[in-house]
Amino acid sequence: MKSDGASKLKSVLAGGGFAVTAECGPPRGANAEIIHRKGEWLKSCVDAVNVTDNQTAVVRMSSLAACLHLLELGIEPVMQMVTRDRNRIALQSDIIGAYSLGIRNMLCLSGDHQSLGSQPEASNVFDIDSVNLVHAVRVMRDEGKDMSGFALNGAPEMFIGAAENPFADPLSYRVVRLAKKIAAGVDFIQTQCVYDLPRFREWMRMAREEGLTEKVYILAGITPLKSAKMAQFMATKVAGMDVPEAVIKRMAGVTGPKAVEEGLKIAIETIAELRAIPGVRGIHIMAIEAEERVPDLVKAAGLMPRPMK
Amino acid sequence: MIVAKQKPIAEIKEMLRPYQKVLILGCGTCVKTCFAGGEDEAATLGAALRLAFGQESKSIETEELTVERQCEDAFIQEAAQAVARNEAVLSLACGAGVQAMARRFAKSVLLPGVNTTFIGVLEKPGLFTEECSGCGDCDLDTFGGICPVTRCSKRLMNGPCGGSKNGKCEVSPDIDCAWQLIIDRLTALGLQGNLKRYIPAKDWRPSLAGGPRRLLREDHVI
Ligand code: SF4
Ligand code: SF4
Repeated sequence: MKSDGASKLKSVLAGGGFAVTAECGPPRGANAEIIHRKGEWLKSCVDAVNVTDNQTAVVRMSSLAACLHLLELGIEPVMQMVTRDRNRIALQSDIIGAYSLGIRNMLCLSGDHQSLGSQPEASNVFDIDSVNLVHAVRVMRDEGKDMSGFALNGAPEMFIGAAENPFADPLSYRVVRLAKKIAAGVDFIQTQCVYDLPRFREWMRMAREEGLTEKVYILAGITPLKSAKMAQFMATKVAGMDVPEAVIKRMAGVTGPKAVEEGLKIAIETIAELRAIPGVRGIHIMAIEAEERVPDLVKAAGLMPRPMK
Repeated sequence: MIVAKQKPIAEIKEMLRPYQKVLILGCGTCVKTCFAGGEDEAATLGAALRLAFGQESKSIETEELTVERQCEDAFIQEAAQAVARNEAVLSLACGAGVQAMARRFAKSVLLPGVNTTFIGVLEKPGLFTEECSGCGDCDLDTFGGICPVTRCSKRLMNGPCGGSKNGKCEVSPDIDCAWQLIIDRLTALGLQGNLKRYIPAKDWRPSLAGGPRRLLREDHVI
């Protein structure tokens, strides 16, 4: 089932399609069933599935292994890689290994700091940063060389992604950093979850003004809220998240299953708004342990069947 | 300066338990400035230990002495006789001081009385902050005098991560985001151009990654 060709995500985007990707968190254990289950939910409704890399600094099944499980189900994975846990030698070797196994997309991240995770006593690595990682993958792909300049026997032809957070500070610098990532070689960007549309629009406007939306595919992040509590938690406890008061209030007005529905409604409305913003080339759904709801969301947002123009 | 913090009395007590006669050796420079191991601290610690052991009817003799710098042999020499008179030395110097002592006094037990914490500055009375990791290749010129190696929790060299909020680091609201500081300062200096520069993967060889470092000044070798 290994894909021998190029990235399908790339072809959807290059073909002018509105891409849909979703995130899948691997289990905190060796039970591959969970990956299979999530994969089945996501299979028909997205173009590619991101597999997180020890997300929130919590030990999980490795991104590489979980990507392979998805490949076996015929799903195209986007392997996420953080620089927190591996030095440049391990990162490069995993990239080469991943490509040899059929992985065609990767997302370069620095990763949440381990002090926010379940093992704050761990030593971090941060040998290189996410921009360096983007650059390294680009050179591996386009020049066939590793970071030492050694000519690789087989270049990993990755479609290279990175994350951006339009809601982190300072706003003025977020676009400079995006430009830096583009110069380093990034092909696509997946953003932090969008709740604050005005700020997101402002960031997109700045990116367009710099001509950046011509150079990179931007996929806007979506996380359906499940409850007012979750909205509150995201607003206060999650690094780099921005949930406006109005959204929290809206969620507070409903409870139980109604809240879940309200969360979906907000997500659907947000997707409609995002599709109207020039330069937004797709969405990236981070359902956080609610992957079973993604098919309904994609359908309700009018983005089925996949892929679409 | 090197910033250090005295170890908890209980931990020191357990280290000293096997000995009757102990030299508490203060260091008169960095650790003195951060109230961890100068003359005053050596005296107070001696009294506290005698009292603590006294309560469990164990007698211990302590002698207190402070030299200017335990990381320098010329000053270490001043402690030679006191070291010889005692069974063990509780050094209140930083780790370098303790090791310099261990190097000089081959037959003496050397025990650390402080936890060596970081290279930092006195930001305001009572507050010491880490500023430098001694990475061996200083890039403060690029970053407007604010070190991302040390002060960015993720050692990011190409701008802030997505966790920066209201000028604070994602790790804690008590930590300034180094990148916010760098951006503000470079902007104020009219050096925004630096922010656009791609900083390649850092060469860590001059740093810890290269094994123990040495600095040889040929011109000073005798
Ligand atoms: S760049 Fe290196 S030497 Fe300079 S302040 Fe930072 S850690 Fe210290
Ligand atoms: S919030 Fe700022 S200081 Fe903290 S890790 Fe991110 S960039 Fe570094």
